[in-house]
Amino acid sequence: MDFWNTLRLALRALARNKLRSSLTMLGIIIGVGAVIATVSIGQGAEFLVQQGIQSMGTNAVFIAAGSNRPGGARLGSWAVKTLTLDDMNAVLREVPLIREAAPAVVGRVQVVYQNQNWNTGITGTTPNYFAIRNWPVEAGSVFGQEEVDSAADVCLLGTTVARILFGEENPVGKQIRIGNLPFRVVGVLESKGQSVMGDDQDDRIFSPYTTVQRKISGITWIQFINASAVSQEASVAAVPQITALLRERHHIRSGEDDDFFVRTQSEVADIAQQTSRVMTLLLGSIASVSLIVGGIGIMNIMLVSVTERTREIGVRMAVGATENDVQQQFLVEAVTLSMAGGLVGIGVGLVGSALISNFLSWPTLISIKAIVTAAIFSAGVGIFFGYYPARKAAQLDPIESLRYE
Amino acid sequence: MAESVAATMEPPVGVPTRSALIRLENVHKAYNLGEVQVHALRGVSLEIHSGEFVAVMGASGSGKSTLMNILGCLDRPTRGHYFLDGTDVSALSKVELARIRNRKLGFVFQQFNLLSRTSALENVELPTIYRGLSPPEREQRAREALERVGLSDRADHYPSQLSGGQQQRVAIARALVNRPSILLADEPTGNLDSRTSVEIMDILQRLNEEQGLTVVLVTHEHDIAQFAKRALEFRDGKLRRDRIVPHRQVAREVLPTLPLLEDEKEDPQEAT
Repeated sequence: MDFWNTLRLALRALARNKLRSSLTMLGIIIGVGAVIATVSIGQGAEFLVQQGIQSMGTNAVFIAAGSNRPGGARLGSWAVKTLTLDDMNAVLREVPLIREAAPAVVGRVQVVYQNQNWNTGITGTTPNYFAIRNWPVEAGSVFGQEEVDSAADVCLLGTTVARILFGEENPVGKQIRIGNLPFRVVGVLESKGQSVMGDDQDDRIFSPYTTVQRKISGITWIQFINASAVSQEASVAAVPQITALLRERHHIRSGEDDDFFVRTQSEVADIAQQTSRVMTLLLGSIASVSLIVGGIGIMNIMLVSVTERTREIGVRMAVGATENDVQQQFLVEAVTLSMAGGLVGIGVGLVGSALISNFLSWPTLISIKAIVTAAIFSAGVGIFFGYYPARKAAQLDPIESLRYE
Repeated sequence: MAESVAATMEPPVGVPTRSALIRLENVHKAYNLGEVQVHALRGVSLEIHSGEFVAVMGASGSGKSTLMNILGCLDRPTRGHYFLDGTDVSALSKVELARIRNRKLGFVFQQFNLLSRTSALENVELPTIYRGLSPPEREQRAREALERVGLSDRADHYPSQLSGGQQQRVAIARALVNRPSILLADEPTGNLDSRTSVEIMDILQRLNEEQGLTVVLVTHEHDIAQFAKRALEFRDGKLRRDRIVPHRQVAREVLPTLPLLEDEKEDPQEAT
């Protein structure tokens, strides 16, 4: 019997029991819909993470004072005094893989403008910091090298700080107070949103590092170095070179812990992406469980159908159907059920993820791969769970079947 | 011992010089029911020639149903040979048996066994699908077959809209559609009233006489066996008697003598 006949036969058999067929399909619809919706949510999350990592800067290498090793008495970046501007200059000089670097000195300050005040973070750095971090200004401009050299009282505002202190007003050129000192606002940075760790990167102000060192923190060392390597591979390759150089400069003997740590953007990216990928996988596999449950539903209904149609099978065999003909008939029926369910499920999944991104403002990425996989998977479910009932039908004894009441 | 008997046994009736359409040689059939072995057939040898109309008779348990299943290629003998049209079908594979059932045999059952919610025409078409005929050819053959049993006007009716006699006629049309050489009817009148039974026998007799179709009819009713030309009687898995039916009845002649029953009157559907 040719395929079209078999398909026509299957469709007619399914149409005979519309309620039963649609309920059976529902299992697959929910399964496929859930897989597509959850995978698109997961991929949306991956997209968010990637965006966050991009915001760290290109080929970024991040050096921080303090120990990253577990165990022992560890000191944070604030208490370790060994990282200096000279270290940074040595890295720039002796590690050619590093193209640029900017120091960072951080602290927390109270900022005041007229009757508004706000507690925020301050980062003291050099003008190239913003280039390294791909962070353009929205209004005004970055402070210059002269302001760094003279430890000038100038600052750049993150958008959050600008909004809180100034509202709709243009902050550029205005005077604010940081602690007791008056600072001139030279510019406002573009919004960068949340970091990978989830904190608001725009809730921060920036000044020359000399100003922060001398007038705010009262220190001579620096806490971080934001560097940029010549390429993605170079950023990874630079890590051991930087480590060796700094250990030597800090006179750390072998066996002793580093008093600094070095991270690259790709390292952080890997960890973050792995996390979100695991999440996607987890969501997807939970959703596929429902697909399997749907498949079991198909198997169940096909077994019922084979029993109900025992006589029909007997008649078909008596008039010349081979075992293959009968098996094919029931297999095509099961696959038709699961594929139809799969197609509807894809639609449900698409609508579902559109609703999620609309109402939860969570970006969802519909991947063609997920759709194709779901379609193939649902056909596979039909074949896998339809095989046993079809085989059972094909192996019925025609004599017994003809007598079946 | 059984073999030696079979070898010397002459076909009791018929013309031995012609090659037989059906030839059974010492056929045994045993079923394993757990620890007990049931012997349904114990060495049956017989020949049926083209154009015969044979009634197979016997009480239940006599082995006549088993014989029918073997003749119908639905079952294989445990021992012995079955030659159908010169081919030893006892050695064939399941697929080959399906092909023989499809092309050489036509089945008519006591329960009619039509597919419900499937029109008469499509029921008749069923064997042609498995033969691989094209859709137009299938329909043409099915319509022809329905015409032969006088049901052309019911082609689009569903089994539930047909009377028992009409359903059995659709089943006969289905058996004829692939132009088989043998029609196997297993208690075809068992579910029908006596007048309708005779009508069915009329169709079988006409097919046998006018078209030379070989008919093997299983029945336990003596008055139905009276319509056959030859009767085989089975008891305890053995062929006990093989004889030409004396005073054979002709259904066409019997019919006018039977009263017309209520449900056999023309139904109102046809009038409109």
